[in-house]
Amino acid sequence: MSVPKANEQAGTPRARLAQVVNQHIVEIVSDSGEGAQTCGQMFGTISAKMGNGVWTVEIIPAEIEPPFRSRAGASGNRIRVGKGVVTNMGDQADLVVAFNEQVLYSRIDVDAIARGAHILLESKWKDDRSEDIREAYAAALADFESRGFIVHEVPMETECLKVVSDARRGKNMWILGALSAIYERDVSLIDAELERKFKRKGQKVIDSNVNLVRAGYDWADANIDLRYRIPVAPTNVPTVVMNGNTAVGLGVMAAGMELCSMYPITPATSASHYLAGSFSKVGGVVHQAEDEIAAIGFALGASYAGKTPVTITSGPGLALKTEFIGFAVMAELPIVIVDVQRGGPSTGLPTRVEQGDLLAALFAAPGDAPKIVMAPATIEECFHFMVTARKLAESFRGPVLVLTDANLATGQQNFPRPEVREEWIAPPIDQSAWDRDVRPYDWDGATGLSERPVPGQKGGNFVLTGLAHDENSRVAYESAINQHSMEARSRKLAALRKTLKTPDVYGDDTGDLLVVGWGSTLGAIEEAVDRLREEGRRVSSLHLRFLSPFEPGLREIFSRFKKVMTVEINYSDDPSFGDARRLAQLAWLLRSETLVDVDCWSQVPGTPLAPGIIADVVRSRLSENGSAAAAGAR
Amino acid sequence: MYELKQDWMPPERPQSYCLEDYEGGAPRWCPGCGDLAVLSALQRYVRDQQLPPEKIVVVSGIGCSSRLPHYVKAYGFHGLHGRALPVACGVRSRRPDLHLFVATGDGDCCAIGTAHWIHAIRYNMNMTVMLLDNNIYGLTKMQSSPTTGKGHYSNTHPGGAPLSAINPLLTTLSITNASFVAQTADWNPPHLYATLAAAHAHKGLSFVRVLQRCPHFMAGYFDELQKDPSLVRLLTHENGIAVDPAVQKAFPNRVEHDPGDLAGAMKFAGDRETHPIGLLYRNDQAESYDTFMASGLGTPANVKVAAIERELDRFTI
Repeated sequence: MSVPKANEQAGTPRARLAQVVNQHIVEIVSDSGEGAQTCGQMFGTISAKMGNGVWTVEIIPAEIEPPFRSRAGASGNRIRVGKGVVTNMGDQADLVVAFNEQVLYSRIDVDAIARGAHILLESKWKDDRSEDIREAYAAALADFESRGFIVHEVPMETECLKVVSDARRGKNMWILGALSAIYERDVSLIDAELERKFKRKGQKVIDSNVNLVRAGYDWADANIDLRYRIPVAPTNVPTVVMNGNTAVGLGVMAAGMELCSMYPITPATSASHYLAGSFSKVGGVVHQAEDEIAAIGFALGASYAGKTPVTITSGPGLALKTEFIGFAVMAELPIVIVDVQRGGPSTGLPTRVEQGDLLAALFAAPGDAPKIVMAPATIEECFHFMVTARKLAESFRGPVLVLTDANLATGQQNFPRPEVREEWIAPPIDQSAWDRDVRPYDWDGATGLSERPVPGQKGGNFVLTGLAHDENSRVAYESAINQHSMEARSRKLAALRKTLKTPDVYGDDTGDLLVVGWGSTLGAIEEAVDRLREEGRRVSSLHLRFLSPFEPGLREIFSRFKKVMTVEINYSDDPSFGDARRLAQLAWLLRSETLVDVDCWSQVPGTPLAPGIIADVVRSRLSENGSAAAAGAR
Repeated sequence: MYELKQDWMPPERPQSYCLEDYEGGAPRWCPGCGDLAVLSALQRYVRDQQLPPEKIVVVSGIGCSSRLPHYVKAYGFHGLHGRALPVACGVRSRRPDLHLFVATGDGDCCAIGTAHWIHAIRYNMNMTVMLLDNNIYGLTKMQSSPTTGKGHYSNTHPGGAPLSAINPLLTTLSITNASFVAQTADWNPPHLYATLAAAHAHKGLSFVRVLQRCPHFMAGYFDELQKDPSLVRLLTHENGIAVDPAVQKAFPNRVEHDPGDLAGAMKFAGDRETHPIGLLYRNDQAESYDTFMASGLGTPANVKVAAIERELDRFTI
């Protein structure tokens, strides 16, 4: 069968029908293994290529082999497509493709789908051999309609079987074609993607997928009366699209690091998968160690030998690494540690998002171990922060923790293509003689900084130790030396803080309420602030990129708002707990930092926070505030 | 100078190192500690080889033996309990040029660091690992170690160690990629020296267990061995560790053993009656992780930038 070229019929926009929307949220859910994730990712990529902003979120089943047609088994992707930059997953889906009604329920259960949303539902179940399945399908159909969803029954399998013999393997591409018709996507872009993706599998596989996409497109074109046009905001800036873990991996390369030492852990591992495939192109290697402890130990050996390494892990791995992190602080060894946070405590929610490691990142080490902790807020920052982190690790001679999370790690976003600079690349290991009269820990009184010789430098010999030591690295238990060396290590944070700029407030500089966030919640918080400001509320937000040390000026900024509250994805009690209330993690820190009575709202739903929820919470906190003030006046 | 022609000048004499050039801080081990013999053998060996001190890295974990880097004037890494081997492997990963020695103890290597020990043998990276095995925890004052013999008194087992000891030689020999396994004793300096020499000359991970006396918490533990030479079996072979007449005299119970014979090595290592001294096993063909790790070393910055640009092309829309 010959492959049809992108012709007049397929891919021609239907101006007469299309409804223009500024943004739309599409979800595709299937049983695990049916390819909804691939379909969603490709839909996101194609949309980005057409010039739309995108943000994708993976919908991941909790189990590797979940039962067929079950709520627990929903696997797929949410793609938010917009006119301009899209910074978060948004609220509720506008259009959902479901390969069976049970996986759809898992999304309805978590309120992910808007009433009035269009649902494209695989219809083969109504004729299933099993009476149970036929009944379940019919009942669900009635239920969906009664709840206000608009269901379009789609004979996905029947249509796929006209093109390929195994519909289970082809449905995702067929649906990609159908969505392309509905959203006026350019199918020739899909052809190119398919060729790239299946190059190794041969022309036959490419042709078969191209045919599926065409068939889906044509079927939807003829049978589904939905057309959306999402305008494009013109940009001349070259753009890339990737997820946060890939951005971390690319950033590691751009920082000139050469060693990623890791132990597999969800959701951090895919960063090392990316590196494993590409690192050798820049002379780098991924070492898969026997455990988390060995991974960081190996990295610190490389650091001592002169090359700043990276280790990439997630919460439980961070817990195991803490002894060595404390060591790196004490011995002053540069290393970058990426913690892709997942739900906790313990093994918790391995595939889900949380911001629960903040306090552990700051304090989980034996003794007082001051270290730099940064948190990128976007996928673009995941890339650039790696370059910064390596430089900070070397300049300030110690570990730099970079906290990302599952939302950044697996979400895809488009952002301006970085312009790689040679000065980002770490220099080769210095082998010149150490003829300076400088001791290995000659701490500068003002900054705590010192210069270190590395093995191979003649005359620089010293023995690194995790024991208390003096400027010569001589083991020393004397009180004054310990006081002095602790001071030097701590002073480094104060010195770094002086180089940081005061963060910008998003919105007005004064107001009734300031929302403070960190990490991946940036987009959702700012979108919530935009909505609240449109309502006339005096709300602004502030996003922190440095958690240790904090960026300067926070207390002064807070003083200009009547109320300050953090929004975070970790656990906190609600205000009704009074004195017994446990606070969200950033709120704890900000209170001690600023002595301001910082409020907090946080939640651990296992999903990214939606802007609508944040806006609702802020509205209610503002009205509580208002009623409290009124009560006080009375 | 003296109007001599330039080519009449004597060539610059290469720097030579004497023993003092390798002497670090004064050892603070107990008098009679076997670690002193290991330190001395190591210093003499690197002096004899004229290894530049800046090219030597001694890595250790925590424990009495792990203080060794502090006493060698070279680069040293005194790390965390049980974690000497991953650190040493990390050093090696970026630096094929360094001479790497690891000092570890029976608690460090065979208890808390067991996983690292097994995997370091498997990685087979070029380094000399000295297991200073005194069969007791010394630094923390006499707790049982994994190599403490059954029934032996310790502070954690006042009624005697309840279980048989682990056999570090058998364990090492049984790991895929074991490439050099030897045993020596601190009370025979010539053999100790010769063993370190053979271990350092070997390309790959050489594992040397040193029977090491702790005069304080294991006083007299090896007395029997020293008094009754028949309890020690000296392994010799033309491919083994060179023995001089003094060594032969000290260990008269001598057996020819080809270090290429793994089954024979395991037989000697597992013998409950006698202790083998010498090279049990050597495999110069064992795979090494060094090759994988060193694959991209020295890639120039401009090549890296170009490669990253090509990577970014893959994600450019």
